[in-house]
Amino acid sequence: MDISTQNTDEAPPPTSQPSAALQKRASRGATRPGDRIFLGLSRGSGIFLLVIMAAIAVFLTYRASLAISKDHGNFLTTFEWNTNTIPPVFGIAVLAFGTVVSSIIAMALAVPVAVAIALFITHYAPRRLSGPVAYVIDLLAAVPSIVYGLWGALVLVPHMNGLFGWLDKYFGWTGIFSWQGGAPRSMLTVSILLAIMILPIITNVSREVFRQVPQMHEEAALALGATRWEVIRMSVLPFGRSGVISASMLGLGRALGETMAVATVLSPTFDINASLLDPGGGTFAQNIASKFGEATADGRDALIASGLVLFVITLLVNGAARVIIARRAEYSGANA
Amino acid sequence: MSHSAPAMGKRPSTLRGATLPKWSPWAIAAGAVVLAVVIGLVGGLDSKVQWGLIAGILFVLGTYGIAARVEGRRQAKDRVATSLVWVCFLIAVVPLASLIWTTVKRGVKVFDIYFLTHSMGVVADSEPGGGIYHAIIGTLEQVGLATLIAAPIGVLTAVYLVEYGRGKLSTAITFFVDVMTGIPSIVAGLFILSLMLILDLEPFGFAGSLALAILMMPVVVRSTEEMLKLVPNELREASLALGVPKWRTILKVVLPTSIGGITTGVMLAVARITGETAPVLLLVWGTNFINTNPFSGAQASLPLYIYQQYANSAGSNAAYDRAWAAALALIAFVMILNMVARGIARWKAPKTGR
Amino acid sequence: MKLQRKNRLRALSLGAVAVSGALALTACGSDDTGTKSSATGGATTGSASSIKCDDAKGQLLADGSSAQKNAIDAWVKAFSAACSGVQINYKGGGSGAGVTAFTQGQVAFAGSDSALKPEEVAASKKMCTGGGQGIDLPMVGGPIAVGFNVPGVDKLVLNASTVAKIFDSKISKWNDSAIAKLNPGVTLPDLKIQAFHRSDESGTTDNFTKYLIAAAPSDWKYSGGKAWQAKGGQSAPQSSGVAQQVKQTSGAIGYMELSFAKDGIKAASIDTGASAPVDATVENATKAIADAQVIGTGKDLSLKLNRATKADGAYPITLVTYEIVCDKGNKSDSLAATKAFLTYIASEDGQKVLSSIDYAPIPADIIAKVRTTIAGLS
Repeated sequence: MDISTQNTDEAPPPTSQPSAALQKRASRGATRPGDRIFLGLSRGSGIFLLVIMAAIAVFLTYRASLAISKDHGNFLTTFEWNTNTIPPVFGIAVLAFGTVVSSIIAMALAVPVAVAIALFITHYAPRRLSGPVAYVIDLLAAVPSIVYGLWGALVLVPHMNGLFGWLDKYFGWTGIFSWQGGAPRSMLTVSILLAIMILPIITNVSREVFRQVPQMHEEAALALGATRWEVIRMSVLPFGRSGVISASMLGLGRALGETMAVATVLSPTFDINASLLDPGGGTFAQNIASKFGEATADGRDALIASGLVLFVITLLVNGAARVIIARRAEYSGANA
Repeated sequence: MSHSAPAMGKRPSTLRGATLPKWSPWAIAAGAVVLAVVIGLVGGLDSKVQWGLIAGILFVLGTYGIAARVEGRRQAKDRVATSLVWVCFLIAVVPLASLIWTTVKRGVKVFDIYFLTHSMGVVADSEPGGGIYHAIIGTLEQVGLATLIAAPIGVLTAVYLVEYGRGKLSTAITFFVDVMTGIPSIVAGLFILSLMLILDLEPFGFAGSLALAILMMPVVVRSTEEMLKLVPNELREASLALGVPKWRTILKVVLPTSIGGITTGVMLAVARITGETAPVLLLVWGTNFINTNPFSGAQASLPLYIYQQYANSAGSNAAYDRAWAAALALIAFVMILNMVARGIARWKAPKTGR
Repeated sequence: MKLQRKNRLRALSLGAVAVSGALALTACGSDDTGTKSSATGGATTGSASSIKCDDAKGQLLADGSSAQKNAIDAWVKAFSAACSGVQINYKGGGSGAGVTAFTQGQVAFAGSDSALKPEEVAASKKMCTGGGQGIDLPMVGGPIAVGFNVPGVDKLVLNASTVAKIFDSKISKWNDSAIAKLNPGVTLPDLKIQAFHRSDESGTTDNFTKYLIAAAPSDWKYSGGKAWQAKGGQSAPQSSGVAQQVKQTSGAIGYMELSFAKDGIKAASIDTGASAPVDATVENATKAIADAQVIGTGKDLSLKLNRATKADGAYPITLVTYEIVCDKGNKSDSLAATKAFLTYIASEDGQKVLSSIDYAPIPADIIAKVRTTIAGLS
């Protein structure tokens, strides 16, 4: 390591340093060779991260531009993905639709439940239960997505038949819930699976936020005779709102980019179907994973182009989440 | 609150309104379940999921109805909130418990020493036999290499952000590290793939490690950053006041104080990337044989093995059994890492002086 | 200071444990040689004596058609038993992936359900050094079964027109009059037809739709190709995925290689206009392939199948899988292993394995040409 070799270039004796100037000079880190090297190393690795991000953007854009220039359809609006034909014709409309719809439904299902579980852990559960529950949910956040996929395809899908039949019977007239009776490997099943997958993440972050609600606020509300629900509505939820939003965004980012779970569960077709229950549609990540095997060189570039769009979407979502979090900057021990 | 006024008006003259007995939620829940079962049986609903949903709805409605009659609307709302939270909790627990239960139940079938110490070798996908040894080796090597790359870079970046970082550069790094956390794993895989296409490389284990390292770095940075921020400034100031150079202060005071938390963060990051399938699918190819060299030739990995057993099985039960058993091994590995990491975190938590 | 040293020690010991654990692990595992498993699929895996390893060794990477995956699995098993120095890693990623990997020089040979296109041959010239190019060697024939899963129905006869209409969502019920007319005496349920096609691009789809275009041009208006074009229906990845879904779904129908149509999936017989409906069997497929003409030039042996055949007992929906190698300029480090393996699978023993696992051997006169070509590979 460079650091150990620098041990020999020991800094000048401390007594020669006026203590008032020490903090200032040290923080610039340019005074001693050891500091300079260490600063260089740590700044270098920070810059390296930025370079990676830039490289991802550049390389994906480069390959994507190769593909798009050969595309004989409209990249944004074509409802086809025929990259091996000559000329190739492909477009991301179906993928964009499927990705956004499945993620939004997953959010709609997961966020209320996740907030409820977070409240359950922080405010409702008996103390003996809340600790273990929080721990288990923490662990569940680490279950690999391929396991969710395996479970979704072999356990969840057969269980969806009943629900789909019921939805079709009573809400089939809406068109959204009409069902032709195919195997329930559809967008709705995908959304439900995604909701189950992102539930632990959203729960964990929301729970942390709810824990930070000042005790005083809650006690004040209780002292005014508020019921527990009123305490939550008046003091806990307003305080935690931005935290919940950013947690949801993190979950949304996860749902947008989920690959294997969608690839194992969905029966993909390349068109937009009004019904969520009939098989069809696709998402960016699923399309890449399932089309990759048969793709020719042009096909791979086309898939990379769709990956670039996914990259941009997740960047926007995550960026938005961070901006919301940044509004309530936290106190930091260092650099205070 | 708009609804409090009428509620006040209806309140009986005694100071405390009537309250439901303590056992009432349990009674209502039991009633809801019984009613749901009856409805399910009469209505001929064959899905147990529907029975559960009906029971949940009945429970919430019943609570509201009864509580509104006895205790007034404010209390009723409170009780509805309570029951909703409970129902949500139960709804969420069912799939998660089912996931763990199915994996364990179906995974133990072929999970034995033979399974752990043999590769698939020449066993065809639809036949019984074979094991996950090659996949374990692949996963350990790929994840190990990824950790070797990502952990130092991640920790150093965090040190920069916390100890040195000021100005535009650190703002940019902070922002992009946060954004990087959300990169879909398949995009990281595509990035390395586009490099490989340019360099004309065959798939090999280390390519997967590179993609995994990209996914791991931001996680390490985030967690290390949090840990470094917890180190009290007094420690730094004391060290600096003694004339210790800043870099030695960081190495000898700041990092050792937070080493427990950093280890935890790294282990959690390892646990996360261990389960990634997509980049491995694109970059490492998968093989049925043992390949201990991550720098040349295709390798297997546990998540990829699960996917391939599922996808190539043609519905063969032998392959499903292997997939579940591999899933069990993967979950066990990730869980153990998690528990150890959390154990270390609790054990070595820095005294924050609070 | 003491605290830190303890920390470092602990970290060191942790690392040591991890490393030694990994080392211990590498020491104790081994490849499954298939001795434990009850060999169900490849029961007759050929006698080892016919396999000549020569100086073949090392890892042989190959990729391509998932249609021949089961055949390759059986061959690899027999071959590895004889030549322990060779590891053959065939990934059934699909024909397109195989050809791409081949032209990029990533694999020693590729398996493909369709012959190389001119531009692919051109691309292969970069990889095959010394003026060589990629050539197609027909090695495995296979009937594509129209597999169905309809409760109460064991035998089903379909013709090109009904198959086309079913997969184009024009016929949606099993008791449709078009199906009933072909199946007198069979009680067809009032059940929705769930037609499954491949979600990935595939040579199976290509061959299946080529049949529909040739035999039912008025009912199948699409241009064909590896990607599925008709609207409606459901999809699953790879033959394995289609088989999996058909097996699990009541009222399902799908196309797949015959070797996947088992355990609850039954294969429909095809009314080709011959005297009797033709069953999807290995013999009937061989009969259809025997009709094929070699259209490849030079060392290339690509075939042209007669898909609208009306010959008695010739099953029309077949595909031929080619192994694709360089005629000259194969990579020197894998040439010996490639040649040894291809020689084995083209040998009489190798071809004999096929019919026991639901593939069709290549007719004798064509396979003889294949053998001479393999002998001349360099």
